[in-house]
Amino acid sequence: MPPIPESVPFTWYLILSAILFTLGIAGFLFRRNVITVFMSIELMLNAVNLSFIAFSYKFKQPDGHIFSFFVMVVAAAEAAVGLAIILTIFKNRQTLEIDEVSSLKD
Amino acid sequence: MEHVILFLIFAVIAVVAAINLVLQSHPISSALSLVGVMGALALIYLQLGGEFIASAQLIVYAGAIMVLFIFVIMLLNAGTERKMKRNLWVKYGGLPLMALFIGVVAYVIERMLPPSPGGLFGNMTHGNPQEIGRLLFQQYLLPFEVTSILILIAILGAVVLARKEIE
Amino acid sequence: MQQLWLIPLLPLAGFAINGFFGRRLPKIWINAFAVGSVLIAFLWVIKALSALGAFSGGLEEAHVEHYFTWIQSGALNISVDFAVDRLTAVMLMIVTGIGTLIHIYAVGYMDHESGYYRFFAYLNLFMFFMLTLVLANNFLLLFVGWEGVGLCSYLLIGFYFLENFATTAGNKAFIVNRIGDFGFSLAIFLIGIHFSSLDFGKVFGQAKALPVEASPGWMTAIALLLLVGATGKSAQIPLYVWLPDAMAGPTPVSALIHAATMVTAGVYMIARSSSIFLHSPLALSFVAVIGIATAFMAASIGLVQNDIKKVFAYSTVSQLGYMFVGLGTGAFSAGIFHVMTHAFFKALLFLGAGSVIHALSGEQDLRHMGGLLKKIPITATVLFCAGVAIAGVPPFSGHYSKDAILESAYQYAPWIFWVGVFTAFMTAFYVFRALFLCFFGEYRGHHHPHESPFIMWGPLAVLAALSLGGGFINIPKYLEPLFPASETPLPAGIAWVPVAAGLGGIALAYLFYVVSPAIPESIGSMFKPVYNTLYNKYFVDEAYASAVVDPIVDGSRSLLWRTVDAGAIDGAVNGVGKTASGIGELLRRLQSGYIRDYAGWVVAGAILVVVAMGIMEVAK
Repeated sequence: MPPIPESVPFTWYLILSAILFTLGIAGFLFRRNVITVFMSIELMLNAVNLSFIAFSYKFKQPDGHIFSFFVMVVAAAEAAVGLAIILTIFKNRQTLEIDEVSSLKD
Repeated sequence: MEHVILFLIFAVIAVVAAINLVLQSHPISSALSLVGVMGALALIYLQLGGEFIASAQLIVYAGAIMVLFIFVIMLLNAGTERKMKRNLWVKYGGLPLMALFIGVVAYVIERMLPPSPGGLFGNMTHGNPQEIGRLLFQQYLLPFEVTSILILIAILGAVVLARKEIE
Repeated sequence: MQQLWLIPLLPLAGFAINGFFGRRLPKIWINAFAVGSVLIAFLWVIKALSALGAFSGGLEEAHVEHYFTWIQSGALNISVDFAVDRLTAVMLMIVTGIGTLIHIYAVGYMDHESGYYRFFAYLNLFMFFMLTLVLANNFLLLFVGWEGVGLCSYLLIGFYFLENFATTAGNKAFIVNRIGDFGFSLAIFLIGIHFSSLDFGKVFGQAKALPVEASPGWMTAIALLLLVGATGKSAQIPLYVWLPDAMAGPTPVSALIHAATMVTAGVYMIARSSSIFLHSPLALSFVAVIGIATAFMAASIGLVQNDIKKVFAYSTVSQLGYMFVGLGTGAFSAGIFHVMTHAFFKALLFLGAGSVIHALSGEQDLRHMGGLLKKIPITATVLFCAGVAIAGVPPFSGHYSKDAILESAYQYAPWIFWVGVFTAFMTAFYVFRALFLCFFGEYRGHHHPHESPFIMWGPLAVLAALSLGGGFINIPKYLEPLFPASETPLPAGIAWVPVAAGLGGIALAYLFYVVSPAIPESIGSMFKPVYNTLYNKYFVDEAYASAVVDPIVDGSRSLLWRTVDAGAIDGAVNGVGKTASGIGELLRRLQSGYIRDYAGWVVAGAILVVVAMGIMEVAK
């Protein structure tokens, strides 16, 4: 049994961020409901936030927090507009599946 | 040592919730799992000294954005997703590949960074609101104002997109 | 500076004006430019030559005018120079003088033809090239004129381009000419290599400086290759087959190009290169043998032809053979003398035949003529003048030149003399056969013969006078500075043998075709195989077609066209297009329209980057 370290090793935060990001990608690629896809995107953004905070802690500067704050703001705006778009698509095509919104194919 | 155990608990909660988000078939369950992820992450932020961010995460992200999501799910009456015939590649290769990917990333991260002090609760003092506020209004004033315009645009966009068409 | 460049450039200007604007000009202007340019060129020739003293015993050395440097490449320096010496003077007078007469004649002959301006434009272009050829002072410029007259010959033979046989004949002339030109080009290359220059002065100066007995192999090679070129242009064996078919062109063309000027270019070229040929007895013997063989063969074919123009075409080939005999036996000036007299009477024969054809509204077959003596007397008179000239009856022009050649042949190799005598007999026979069939007896056709207008028989009269009296222009004496005469005495009476042969031919023709026309038919049926062979021109055309033409055409069609061109080259070019198209097809599948596919590609790219970073990390 490896010894439990005193403090959380820094790299663990980054690995956690990576895991969450990968799960977000998996959800983004493999789910068909457009709202679930959106939520996977939010998951990815959160993972990145974690990464920022972790680095800010490491370098003892608050700038990472600022950036994370801005990420949240942008995520909020994006969520608002994106959900409005989803509403419009639902109104026009009566479906919430990504695969059916494919009129760009030949 | 307690720090490590606490971190592990919150990390496991976050990961399990994320997996739940990906695997659940009804969107509402996914939304609630996402809320769980955000909560766990807020606690981890606290451990890293990001008090302001932790509160912002809970209030803005989990409290407003996720509520918006749930409203939309309710509005659209989204049902469970149909089960899709999966490609064999995806079924049996996706998971190992993902694990491999994470392993590679972890390896890279481990090797690239020099050893540094680990995270302890309360070890950082810069994440408090005074500090953040001072930075926001001094150095990052321009991005701050720009984001306010961005939010204005988002509001306009959302209103235009979502209103009823005039017959 | 005699401004020699004006001489070729005046016809060129005529070509340009008539070629570009002729369609809109009234006929009188076209005539003015076409005939006027050649006439002024002729007058300028007289002026320049008299200024140089050509008519008064001067001009023993060549008068050279240098214009500009054309090619300057390493040791090779070719400039555009015109030169006049006595040989050039003779040729210039022939070309411009007879050219003018034929242009005047053509105004009348082509009066009702469409494409009037085009004809005169081509004719003027031909004069330009021919004069360049004659005036050139280096081999390359001569070659330019050489090729140019070949081109104009093609254009003019195929003048009635809507007729298949005319265009085929034009093709044949050009292609056969090109074969000769290939030999000529090789000769020019060799001359350039061995003499380090193409300039006549330098080349012939070096050649003359060699000892008399020297006969290096490369000199023989050059001479033989020059001979190949000359056989193409001057219609000797084996490249004569284009000349009879060239009769598809209008009659003035046959007269100017295929009797008086272009076909004599080969003779001129050999005479000009005499210094080279004198160092290669082998080549000279080839020249003589080819000449006499051609003369005999062509005369034999001419015996039985029924188209009046074909008879005269074979006669041209035969007389050119005589000129080659003159050159080959060392009597270069005799060859040139015959060029001049032949120009007179052959042009007259052709133009006269044209007059007959014009009188009969297009009939050319001798079997449908006859009894025209009283109906078109002027034409008949001038044609008989030409006939006695070509038969070698003294004191008319043909006798002197033919005699000079045959005497030189007797001194070189007696068998050539005797064959030449027999050929002279045949020449007189077939020419008078044609004339008797045409003018005597009962008229066997359906047209209404009418005499030609003055504009046509005027030049004919001039040519008749020249044919009768031209023998007194003593060309061999005139050309003595260039071609020294031999002093060997001849056995007495030799000079009369060709005369006897000529008179005998005329008498026999009179017997066969005026007194008792049944004789030739019975002879013809008795010797049917011989008659057939002669009538079918010894089947030479058929032999060429099966041995050379058909294999090349088939080979080109199957190998070069289908395999190489359509298969390989088109395949490669289209293949590039198809490949691009195919790649595009593949890439198109990327654009599926499904958002998740695009997301998949994005993620794949990101994974690639991370893996690359990992690899770089491991490598460190």
